[in-house]
Amino acid sequence: MSSEHTETTAPVENAEVIEALGRRYAAGFVTDIETDYLPPGLNEDIVRALSARKQEPEWMTEWRLKAYRHWLTMPTPDWAKLNVPAVDYQAISYYAAPKQAPKSLDEVDPKLLETYEKLGVPLHERAKLAGVAVDAVFDSVSVGTTFRKELAAAGVIFCSISEAIREHPELVQQYLGSVVPVGDNYFAALNSAVFSDGSFVFVPRGVRCPMELSTYFRINAMNTGQFERTLIICEDDAHVSYLEGCTAPQRDENQLHAAVVELVALERATIKYSTVQNWYPGDENGVGGIYNFVTKRGDCRGHDSKISWTQVETGSAITWKYPSCVLRGDRSVGEFYSVALTHHFQQADTGTKMIHLGRDTKSKIVSKGISAGRSSNSYRGLVKVEKGAENARNYTQCDSLLIGKQCGAHTFPYMEVKNPTAIVEHEATTSKISDDQLFYCRARGIGEEDAVSMIVDGFCKQVFRELPMEFAVEAKKLLEVSLEGAVG
Amino acid sequence: MLIIENLHARVEGKEILKGLSLTVKPGEVHAIMGPNGAGKSTLGNVLSGREGYEVTAGSVSFNGVDLLAMEPEARAAAGVFLAFQYPVEIPGVNNTYFLRTALNAQRKARGEKELDSMAFLKLVREKLKDMQISDELLHRAVNEGFSGGEKKRNEIFQMAVLEPKLAVLDETDSGLDIDALKQVAAGVNAQRSPERAVLMITHYQRLLDYIQPDFVHVLADGRIVESGDKTLALKLEAQGYAWLREEPAGASA
Repeated sequence: MSSEHTETTAPVENAEVIEALGRRYAAGFVTDIETDYLPPGLNEDIVRALSARKQEPEWMTEWRLKAYRHWLTMPTPDWAKLNVPAVDYQAISYYAAPKQAPKSLDEVDPKLLETYEKLGVPLHERAKLAGVAVDAVFDSVSVGTTFRKELAAAGVIFCSISEAIREHPELVQQYLGSVVPVGDNYFAALNSAVFSDGSFVFVPRGVRCPMELSTYFRINAMNTGQFERTLIICEDDAHVSYLEGCTAPQRDENQLHAAVVELVALERATIKYSTVQNWYPGDENGVGGIYNFVTKRGDCRGHDSKISWTQVETGSAITWKYPSCVLRGDRSVGEFYSVALTHHFQQADTGTKMIHLGRDTKSKIVSKGISAGRSSNSYRGLVKVEKGAENARNYTQCDSLLIGKQCGAHTFPYMEVKNPTAIVEHEATTSKISDDQLFYCRARGIGEEDAVSMIVDGFCKQVFRELPMEFAVEAKKLLEVSLEGAVG
Repeated sequence: MLIIENLHARVEGKEILKGLSLTVKPGEVHAIMGPNGAGKSTLGNVLSGREGYEVTAGSVSFNGVDLLAMEPEARAAAGVFLAFQYPVEIPGVNNTYFLRTALNAQRKARGEKELDSMAFLKLVREKLKDMQISDELLHRAVNEGFSGGEKKRNEIFQMAVLEPKLAVLDETDSGLDIDALKQVAAGVNAQRSPERAVLMITHYQRLLDYIQPDFVHVLADGRIVESGDKTLALKLEAQGYAWLREEPAGASA
C-alpha cells in the first residue's frame, strides 16, 4: 500500500487536521482516528498538529512554536541533587486522547483500590480516580453544572485552559507566560510548547470566590495529560483558594510530567494554592514512577497582595519542583509550606524561591522533609532581596526527619541580599525517629507503624495546619500509606 | 501476678541479670534497690520488652501468660506500665492525642470499646483533678520542653489514665527536688489499690519515705541478694551498699 493511498483514505472527520498540517502531514506521521493520538516524537509538525487538534487560534500555535524553538537551544538542567535517567523526548507521544478507560471497577488493579480504601476516598470518587468512564450514574454532570452556575453568578471563570484559550483569549493572551516566560527553564519551555490541558481561574475585582476550587470538581481535568498548564488570576481585592491534586497513584510508569502553574495576584489580592501530590512513585525496587518536573510561580504584582503555596509531596519517582513567589508589590507576602516525603528509591529536590522586589515585603518558608528507605530528599531554597526591597523580611525553617539508615536528607539554602535593611533568618534541623521514641510509644501500647505515623504527623503539623481541613485529613492518611513498611 | 524465675539477660553481649527471681502479688508495692550497674534499669527494660535486651535463661509469667513472648505494645495492653527514667520527647504530638491513641490501642487489643473524644476528655479531666495537675499539660506536645519534674509527673499522669495492673517505676525519683518528689509520690499513692502492683526501682531510700513499700529487695550483680521489709531500706541508707559485697551473695549463688 502506497503512502498516497493511506492519505486519501483518511476519514473525513480528520480533514481539519490534515488541512492544518498542510504539506507536512505526508512527511510526518500517520493518524489513527480511532484512538486519536499523535505518534511519538517532537518537532514543529507535532507542535502544530497538537495545536490544531485543540482548535487553537493562530497566536497560540505561534506561542507554542516560539517555546519549542527556544527549548531546542537549552541544555537539560543537571544542577539538582537528582540522578535523572536521560529522557528520550522523541519516544513520548505529546497528544493522547483519554487512555483506554476500564469499564468498571472490576477491571481496576485491586492494589490501587486498596489504596483508595485506605485513603477513605468515597466509592464514586474511586471510580473517577481510577479512570473508569463515569457516566450519568454518579451524576457527575449535574454536580458540575450546579457548581458552575454558582461560580458564574459570582463572576468567577473556572474552566480548562483549552476552553479559556477559545472563550477568553484576551485574558489568556494578557497573562499566559507573564509569570513563567516560555524560555524560563528547560521543562517550562517544553511545557509551553506541548501543554495538553490544565485549569484556568479568573476572579474579578473585589470578588471572594464562594468556594474552594479543586481539580476534583473540574470534570474535564480527569484526563489532563502529562503536560498541565494552570493559570490563576486574581484581580484587585479578589480572593481564591485552589486545591490541586490527586491523592491516588497513577498507573503510568516512568512517565514525564512537566507542569507549569502561573499565579497572578493584583492589588490586595490573595491566592492560596494547595497541592497534594501522589503520582505513582515507582515500586519498592525503584522501578517505574513519574518524573515530576514542575515549574510553579506566583507573582504578587499588586501592593499588599499575598500568595501562599502549601504542598504535600509523597509521590513521583523524581520530583523537581520549586513553587516560588515574586514579591513585586510593596508589602506583599509570600508563603511556602511543604511536606516532602520520599521512600524506597524516590528522589526529591524541592523547595522554593522568594524574590523580594517591593518594600516591606515578607516571606515565610516552612519545609519538612521526611526520608525513608533508600530515598534522597533535598531542600533547595533561594531567598533573594533586591536593592529596592527596603525592610524585607524572611523567615525560613527547614526540618528533616530520617527514618532508617540508608536514606539521605540535604539542605541547600541560598541567600542573595542586596539591601542592608533586610532581615533574613534561617533555621534548620535534622532528626531521626529514634528507637527511644518508638519504644516509648510501644511501651504505651501503640504499635510500631502507628507510632511512626504519629511521630511523622507531629513533625508535619505546622504544614498540615495550612491545608484546608479535608485535605489535611487526606494528607495525614497519605503519609501513613506512603510510609507502610518503613520500619522494621 | 508477676512471677520472675531465674532471669538471665544480656545487653550488648554482657550478662547483666544473672538469675533474678521475684514474685509480686496484686496490691503489693515492691522496692528494688541497689548500687549503680546492678541491673535495676535492665530489669525494667526486660519487663517492658525493649529491644537490645536479650533474655538468655529464665522466665517471666504475668497473670499466667509468658510475658517475654509478647511485643512491647501487647505487654502494655496486658497491663504492664513502665514509667521511664528518661521520658522521651515527641515534638508536635499533642499529649492528649498521644494518650488517647495509647489508651484506645490498649482497649482495642483487649477487645474493649474505644473511647470517643468526649468520654476520653472526661476521663482525663478527672485524673488531672485527682493528681492536681493543670490542664495546660494536655495542650503541650509529649514531654517537649518539660522540666525534669514535669516529665516525671507526666509519666505518673499517663499511668493514672492507662490504669495498668503492674506499674514499673524506673528511678522515678531521680532528678527531682523535694517538692516535685512529694507530688510524684502523692500521685503514685493515690493509685495504690488492691488490684494494682507497683515495682519501684530506685537508688535512694528517700522515695520510700513518701511511697511506703511492702517489700524491699536489694539487687546486686544481677540478682536479688537480700529481701525484707522497709527497715532494709533504712539499713541501706545508713550503711550504703558496700556491706553487701562483703557478705556472700546468698541462696541463689
